[in-house]
Amino acid sequence: MSTAIKTLLSAPISARLGMGMVFITLLAALLAPVIAPYGETEIAADVWMPVSSDHWIGTDNLGRDLFSRLMYGARNTIAIAFLITALSFVIGVVLGFLAATVGGWTDQFLSRCVDILMAFPTLIFALMVLSVVGTSIPALVVVIALLDSTRVYRLSRAVAMDIEVMEFVEAARLRGEGLWWLMRHEILPNAMPPLVAEFGLRFCFVFLFIAALSFLGLGIQPPTADWGSMVRENSGAITFGIYTPLWPAGAIAFLTVGVNLIVDWFLHIASGLED
Amino acid sequence: MMKLAKPEGITALVLKRIGLGLVTLWVISLLIFVGVEALPGDLAEAVLGQSATPETVAAFREELKLDLPPHKRYFAWLGAFIQGDFGNSLANQRPVVDLIGWRFANSLFLAGVTALIAVPVAVLLGILAALYRNTLFDRLISMATLSTISFPEFFVAYILIALLSVQMVIFPSISNINDQMNFWQKLYAIILPCLTLAMVVTAHMMRQTRAAIINILSSPFIEMANLKGLHRLRIVVLHAFPNALSPVINVIALNLAYLVVGVVIVEVVFVYPGLGQLLVDSVSKRDIPVVQASGLIFAATYVLLNLSADVLSIISNPRLRNPR
Repeated sequence: MSTAIKTLLSAPISARLGMGMVFITLLAALLAPVIAPYGETEIAADVWMPVSSDHWIGTDNLGRDLFSRLMYGARNTIAIAFLITALSFVIGVVLGFLAATVGGWTDQFLSRCVDILMAFPTLIFALMVLSVVGTSIPALVVVIALLDSTRVYRLSRAVAMDIEVMEFVEAARLRGEGLWWLMRHEILPNAMPPLVAEFGLRFCFVFLFIAALSFLGLGIQPPTADWGSMVRENSGAITFGIYTPLWPAGAIAFLTVGVNLIVDWFLHIASGLED
Repeated sequence: MMKLAKPEGITALVLKRIGLGLVTLWVISLLIFVGVEALPGDLAEAVLGQSATPETVAAFREELKLDLPPHKRYFAWLGAFIQGDFGNSLANQRPVVDLIGWRFANSLFLAGVTALIAVPVAVLLGILAALYRNTLFDRLISMATLSTISFPEFFVAYILIALLSVQMVIFPSISNINDQMNFWQKLYAIILPCLTLAMVVTAHMMRQTRAAIINILSSPFIEMANLKGLHRLRIVVLHAFPNALSPVINVIALNLAYLVVGVVIVEVVFVYPGLGQLLVDSVSKRDIPVVQASGLIFAATYVLLNLSADVLSIISNPRLRNPR
């Protein structure tokens, strides 16, 4: 545990900056009901009001307080992105480890399926699936998690392949341990570092993806506050010289830059490079 | 005596890759078809909703040939598709081909102009960053590209609109183009979406080019050339460049494939009449024939670009011609 703290303290300035940015966003998401001066869907003033002491960053296209919407939006968007990333990791890691430990036809079958899914642009695939199943939050979560798990599968299969040939796995196998035990107790602990870095990357990707879908009007549906759809709702303002859509768009950029700064540092440590 | 594997001819390898690409496309068409098929309950009612009139339900059934058994329906659909008959739109009963044709050309125009700007800039910057690794120049470029990658496309787009279209009224914020405009007018209209895409793609491409070049510069034969005391320029041009060609071509093709998808969001921001805009509109209207057709076109372009990446790297890197 102390080594973890030591590593954290030795983080370069860029990674510290990233941690600060992520921390602020998480704080906003957790404390939204406490900080936000108005309710999530409460109409508080006129449409697109300028910055004032009542409305710190103005109001949106329906006269709702933008700052409050931004806080609640952090909540909804981050929670859904996190849920999707977690689900995609459960699917990807289990299947990837399975392919590596069992090998043979299971591996061939899973890998070819993943090859085909990855030959297809994710956004287009998601749009086509959503046109059939409709845009509800459960559909969104399952579709994106499945599409995203292909990348997790590739990584966890590759990592598990390297671990699977080690003596301690062989020993456990000869001891007669079952498949699940091998995956859970022998491979998983040794595969953690690359998987954690990948989790950060995938979270960024999913977060941007959800934002893009919501921006296209096909993700999280109004009146739920969500950063992507907030950009969409307010996009008309920009041609009048009102910069409302830049706030939620900037918030998205803020969080992803933060996570990327941390992941960049993490990958740097993991690769063991000096420069 | 061990028998060496006979090196395959380039044509055989390329044909094999093309065959694989065709199989991928075929599986994708199957997936698209099964996806619509797997929808539970009555497709017509599910898609058209409660407000469906008997006429629209009938049109929908005829359009998707719901009266035929599944396998026949698939081949009928695929056969018509290959002949260029994409069916009719559910929303306005117009042939899908009419809707798609000029929009696809518009999307290609946007992507093409972007590629012409982004590819030389990205490759040049990538090579420079790799050569002057760990200098201030490299660090600045790394920070800039890392943040650009983290930004959603629409953030970059709105920043550009705010700066260049609202603050300084130079470029239009809505890229409306039509047939009456000449080439230069069209070019002027798409400058902002083009810049947006170029920035995002350049950032990706530059980072990957830098990584590819650094990878090569750290290989033993470059160190050897260095130790022999060869001139730096000579090492870069004669030793590193031929080896870097294959990964760099790969990077370019992959990013062009990314560009094909990237246009979707940028087209929506700038209300540009392209295929992406049509796809998004059709998805929200649940206009399935249009979604199927434009989705397949996007997928085909994407697969084609990935395919050419493979073929080009086989041609530029002789080592790939001898499978181990």
